[in-house]
Amino acid sequence: MEKKKTLKKLSQLKIGESGVIDSFTDKEMSLKLLEMGCTPGEMVTLDKIAPMGDPIAIKVSGYLLSLRKEEASTVMVSMMSKN
Amino acid sequence: MEANHSFVNFSDTSSIKVALVGNPNSGKSTLFNALTGLHQKTGNFPGVTVDKKSGTAKLSSTVTAEFVDLPGTYSLYPKSLDERVTFEVLCNPENIDHPDITIVVADASNLKRNLFLVSQIIDLKIPVILALNMIDLVEKGGVVIDVVRLSEKMGVKVVAISARKKEGIEELKQAMLQPLPVPQYDFIDVKKFASDLVDKIKSVIKVNSDFAAFQIINNFSEIHYFDKKSETRDKIGAIISASIIDHNKLQSQESVERYRVINRIATECITQKSAIKGETFTHKLDAILTHKIYGYAVFLVILFFIFQTIFFLAKFPMDWIQGLFVMVSQWATHTLPAGELTNLFVNGILAGLSGVVVFVPQIALLFAFIAILEDTGYMARVSFIMDKMMRRFGLNGRSVIPLVSGVACAVPAIMSTRTISSWKERIITIMVTPLMSCSARLPVYTLLISLVVPQDKATGFFNYQGLILMSLYLIGFLAAMVAAWIFKIILKAKEKSYFIMELPVYRSPQWKTVSITIIDKVKVFLFDAGKIIVAISIILWFLSSHAPGERFTEIEKRYSSLSSDSTINKRIASEKLEASYAGILGKAIEPAIAPLGFDWKMGIALVTSFAAREVFVGTMATLYSAGDTDNSQTIREKMQNEKNPQTGLPVFTVAVSFSLLIFYAFAMQCMSTLAVVYRETKSWKYPALQFGFMSVLAYMASFVVYHLLK
Repeated sequence: MEKKKTLKKLSQLKIGESGVIDSFTDKEMSLKLLEMGCTPGEMVTLDKIAPMGDPIAIKVSGYLLSLRKEEASTVMVSMMSKN
Repeated sequence: MEANHSFVNFSDTSSIKVALVGNPNSGKSTLFNALTGLHQKTGNFPGVTVDKKSGTAKLSSTVTAEFVDLPGTYSLYPKSLDERVTFEVLCNPENIDHPDITIVVADASNLKRNLFLVSQIIDLKIPVILALNMIDLVEKGGVVIDVVRLSEKMGVKVVAISARKKEGIEELKQAMLQPLPVPQYDFIDVKKFASDLVDKIKSVIKVNSDFAAFQIINNFSEIHYFDKKSETRDKIGAIISASIIDHNKLQSQESVERYRVINRIATECITQKSAIKGETFTHKLDAILTHKIYGYAVFLVILFFIFQTIFFLAKFPMDWIQGLFVMVSQWATHTLPAGELTNLFVNGILAGLSGVVVFVPQIALLFAFIAILEDTGYMARVSFIMDKMMRRFGLNGRSVIPLVSGVACAVPAIMSTRTISSWKERIITIMVTPLMSCSARLPVYTLLISLVVPQDKATGFFNYQGLILMSLYLIGFLAAMVAAWIFKIILKAKEKSYFIMELPVYRSPQWKTVSITIIDKVKVFLFDAGKIIVAISIILWFLSSHAPGERFTEIEKRYSSLSSDSTINKRIASEKLEASYAGILGKAIEPAIAPLGFDWKMGIALVTSFAAREVFVGTMATLYSAGDTDNSQTIREKMQNEKNPQTGLPVFTVAVSFSLLIFYAFAMQCMSTLAVVYRETKSWKYPALQFGFMSVLAYMASFVVYHLLK
């Protein structure tokens, strides 16, 4: 069994799933997310999805942050999965 | 180092300026209320549309503090209007609100993110006290924060408080009285990222710290406080344009570095003893309130309740207010000497004042609800579940409450758009809310519908009158949505719209916050919008009670031989209105409104309706000499019997009545709304645009309806 790092968009997480923030694909969006505590290396967990499928709410650094899927899709998270 | 004063000492001063800064939901306003109580007022930051709350409190027998509650912000980057205000007040020592002491309020239960702003303010090297709020919640959650160590690590004084429970407030006041050093060392070293630039900036402008210089480099285009010193500005501009700077990179490096240090400090100062309990409560409640069925069901029930309250419950105090004004008017008419001044006082000023005060119950009730919804954390969930639906129309999840409130009255509804943080979405909500059929349209609708459809006409369950009434409400709503969608395309956003926001934990509402919100909103309406409403009311009074030349005396002369009974008096009133300036205006616009099927009498009603839509009924009553406005039966009969003098056919045909109905559904005939839009946007551009687009919409829709039905 080896540990493999796979990258996923934050918007693709399932409820309850966690990942570690790896990088951002949108510079401007990243600035806003950084100041809200979404820094690379921080663990995030998808807490809930709004009834119409968008926006989503994530647990980060001890609080609930809601953001639109479009915004979440600019965040790459690494998933620790066992293959 | 510059010749910085390293200590601030207040022993000889009697008044100090204190700024409160903090993240949204950090309890900053609660602390502000706890410190100042009712000794507070709302004004404006000069030149911007941001409300400035200030207040005073005695710190000791000799020292008074003047507090300014700066807009909540997560960082010191001047991107939005609110953030720019906070940035300028703190960064520009020459700003009139620049504080002697800055209190940064941080939510201790969410410490890491709150420390971000704290760290930026520390690096500005201004005297800072960190107020560690909600310390009681933290302790309850089994977390221990080492306050002494935190103070050591951050290099600033830290006071643990609970603003809600009023704990630690005295300690905080004592801390303000002590000599306060400016923060000793830099939280992070920004020179790492732009060393020579920081030095160059510091050589042309006097700043307190490297970070202040760094902020100037990074936000040069957003900073306006040295606009007047064009020489300095040009020098800085030259330095910046001479070097290649990636602003995004600098800012992101700064943010990452700050969190690196914060994480280290947090690990050293925070110990988790047991699992957090408050969170599970929020989690459980969220499972219902953001559920795909229950979530909307609860929201609908809340909306229904708010609507019922401002529509029906507010009616009683509104009736009392109107009754009171009627009594005062009657008293004034009988006691004061008859004449122009009394006339102005009763029909101009008193009528205007009554038109202002009558809104107070609705405003107070709506804001009671909104304050509760905000304070408990529920409003953020409304945004969360409604965002996708509303976004398509350029609106925000928070636009739902203003829109629904608009069915009762657009005035409080527009005032409630303050909770929408995106400028563009807020403006769109303000623009379209008056299209929702408000309660003032109801008397007009009822009268006109009764002209077209007999009361008892029904098929099965469906009463036709009710059906038409419902359609009018629906048409208003659809028009609001379409207009919003069009504005979404036309309006250019000043700032990028994000939906990145915190979902705060649920808390019980605080009655002090609720009552202060109500008092504040009522005051703002009475004094800011009220002035404009009274002024327009006096103009309208003048227009409808004065005529050029000797027209009025001629009318009086003609009837003077007849004994004055009520029929004659009504006829005189009717002829006078026709002869007045309002009458002249009504006749002047007849060619313009003829394509809609309206005659000059309706023209007069359109002019006078500008005071408030329901005035239509009263004007019709006067014009048709029906007298008693409460008896709509007689007005209806008179209107129904009205024949066109040329054709001999009824004036109020189905086509004309429907045309008028549609006109009243869409037209902007409400000076109070326009006054409030001006007050909320601080610019005449938006009320003018609103008046323009709604008039055009009303005109075109009436034109189409009239020609389809003719």
